[in-house]
Amino acid sequence: MMKQKDLILYSGLIILGLAAPFLFSAFKVQLTYLCVLIVLAMTWNLQGGEMGYNTFGNILFYGLGMYLTASVQVGMFFPLAEWTESGGEKTFVHTTAQYFQGIGVGLLVSAIIPAIIAGAIGYAILGLRGHYFAICTLGLGIAAGEIAGGIEIIGAGQGFTTPPFPAEIVDTEARGKFFYFLSFALLVGTFVFVKYIYGSRFRLILNAIRDNEDKAEAMGIQTMKYKIVGWMCSAFFCGLAGGIMGGLIGYIDSTDVAFDGREMGVFMVLMAILGGKGTLWGPVIGATLFHFFKEGLWTLILGWQYVALGVLIVVIVVYFPEGLMGWLREKYPERFGEVIDEKDRKAQVELK
Amino acid sequence: MDFLIFKAPMLMVQASLDGILLGILFALIAYGMALQWGVMNIINIAQGDLVILGGYIAYTIYLWGIHPAWGVIISPIIMFFVGWGLYKLVINKVVDRDLFISILATFGIAIVFQQLMNFIFGADVVVAQSEYGTTMLFDNSVTLPNSKIFSAFISVLYAIALVIYMRKSKLGRAIRATAQNARAAKILGVDTEKVYAATFGINAALCGIAGALISITLTLHPYVGLPYTVRSFMIVIVAGLGNLPAVAVSGMGLGLFEEFADYILGTEFRIGAVFMLLVLILVYRRFKLSKKREYLK
Repeated sequence: MMKQKDLILYSGLIILGLAAPFLFSAFKVQLTYLCVLIVLAMTWNLQGGEMGYNTFGNILFYGLGMYLTASVQVGMFFPLAEWTESGGEKTFVHTTAQYFQGIGVGLLVSAIIPAIIAGAIGYAILGLRGHYFAICTLGLGIAAGEIAGGIEIIGAGQGFTTPPFPAEIVDTEARGKFFYFLSFALLVGTFVFVKYIYGSRFRLILNAIRDNEDKAEAMGIQTMKYKIVGWMCSAFFCGLAGGIMGGLIGYIDSTDVAFDGREMGVFMVLMAILGGKGTLWGPVIGATLFHFFKEGLWTLILGWQYVALGVLIVVIVVYFPEGLMGWLREKYPERFGEVIDEKDRKAQVELK
Repeated sequence: MDFLIFKAPMLMVQASLDGILLGILFALIAYGMALQWGVMNIINIAQGDLVILGGYIAYTIYLWGIHPAWGVIISPIIMFFVGWGLYKLVINKVVDRDLFISILATFGIAIVFQQLMNFIFGADVVVAQSEYGTTMLFDNSVTLPNSKIFSAFISVLYAIALVIYMRKSKLGRAIRATAQNARAAKILGVDTEKVYAATFGINAALCGIAGALISITLTLHPYVGLPYTVRSFMIVIVAGLGNLPAVAVSGMGLGLFEEFADYILGTEFRIGAVFMLLVLILVYRRFKLSKKREYLK
C-alpha cells in the first residue's frame, strides 16, 4: 500500500507536470529536455548505479531510437533515399494523420529494436568487467556515430531532417505541447517502471551483481540473464527518449545529435552521479539540478561551457562520488530508513 | 567495399609501408599508456588529447619560424611539466580509487583540453610543413613521405632511450619497483608520490613526442584526440603491460589494419573501423578468458 504522504507527493508532481506547459509556456522545449534527461539518467542508473556496470554506451540506443523513429516516419509513406538525398521535407509533405501514425509506429519500433539489439550484443559485451566494459561501450557509442555518418540512406554526414510538424495544425503551441506531453508520458512510464524494479527481487539481484558478481554466481543466480534483461530495459527507454528528441530537434546529425557521446553520453553519467547513483530519486534530482545549472549558466559563459562541463565532471567525480543523495544519507541516515541504535553505537565507541 | 587493393600489389606495398610507419608512432603512445597503467593503475582517457596538445606545441614553434622537427625536443620538455602539473592537480586524488573514477575524471580533463585547444589554436585542421620531400620506390609507384620515415626513426630512438633509462637510472628503477608493489616500494624508501608524478610526466612527454611527429606527418585538430586514446588502449590490451616488443608489434599491426580498412571500406569508415576493432578485440578477449575454468577466490 502506498503511504498517504507518498500519494500526496506523487499526485502533486503529476499535477505539476501536467500544468507545467501552461504555467511556463515559454519553456516548453526546456521542459521536454528535462523529461528526457531524467529518463536517460534513471535508465543509466539501472546500469551504473544498481548493476555496477558503468556504461558509456546507452547513447547507442538513444541515437538508434532517433534514427529509427525518423526513418520509419518517413519510410512508411515516402521513399527514404530520396528524402535524405535532397531535403525531402520540401517535396514530400506528411498529412496530419500520416505524421502522427508515422511517429507512433516509429516510436514503437525505436523502443523494440534497441531492446533487441541490447539483448543480442549483451551476451558478448556484458561479459566484460569493470573498466573494460566502460571503454568497450565508449567505443561502441563512438563507432556507431562514425558508421552512421557514412551510411547514405540515413543522410550520411549531411544529416537527416525529420518530418516537420504538420502545417495543417494552426495552433503554434501545439508542437511544443505535443512533444512535452509525449516526453512527460515517457517520464511517468519510466519512473513507474523503475520504482517497480526498486521494490522487486530483480533489484536485489542487480545489487548482488554490483557488490560481488562471482559470489552472486556462486549463489545460483544466472547473472548473465539478469544483466541482459537490465540492459534491455534501459535500451527500451533510451530508444524512446531518442525518438522523441529526434522529433523535437527536427534535425539528426550522426555525431552531434544522435550518437552525441560528448554531450548526452556524458550528461547521463554525470547527472546520475551528481544526484547519487543507486537511489530512486538521485537521478531525478541530479538531472533537474544539472538542467537548471546548464540552462542558467550555459548562456552566461558562452563558449566556455565545455570547459565548465569538463571541470564540473572532474570536481563531481573527484570530490562527490557519492552524489547528493549519498551526502544526505550520511547526514540524515534515519530519513532513509537506516536505524542507528544509539546504545550500540556508544558501546562500539567505548570498546575502542 | 572495395577489394581492388588485393589485385594491385603496389598499392598493397604502399598501404603496408604506411601502416607500419604509422604503427610505430601508435606504439610510442601506447607505451606511455602502458607505463602509467602499470605503475598507477589509471586509464587515461586524456592520453590522445595530450598527444594533440604536444602536436600543437610543435605547430606553434613552426609558426614562429623554427623547423617543426625541433618539436620532438621542445614538446616533450613542456609536456613533461604539463603532465606533472596535471598529476598534482587532479590525478593524485584518483590514483587509489576505483578505475571508473579515473576514467571519468580523465574524460573530464579530455573535454577541458579539447575546448581550450579549440580556443587557443582554432578549429581548423592544421599541419606543420617539414618540407622533407618524398622518397619514390619501385619505379615511382610507391610514394613515401620522408617525414614518416623520420617520425618512425625518432619514435624508435626515443623508445630505446626510454627503455635504457628505465633499466639503468635510479628513477627508472624506482618506477619499476612501484609498479611491482607500491607498498613494498614505499617501505623501502621510495617516494611513491614523486614516482607517480614522474611517471605521469614521462607519459605526457612521450605523448608530446608523438604529437610533434603527428604534426608533421598527419594533421592536427582539437577534437581528434579520442581515437589516439582508443588506439593506445587497444594496443596495450593486446600486448599486455610492460612488454615493449609486443607493444611495437601490435602497434604496427594496428597501423596495417587501419591503412587496409581505409582502402577497403573507404576513408569515411576509418575511425569507425578503429572503434569497432576495439569492441571486437574486447569481446574476443572476453570469450577467450571465459573458457578458463574459474573458481571463487
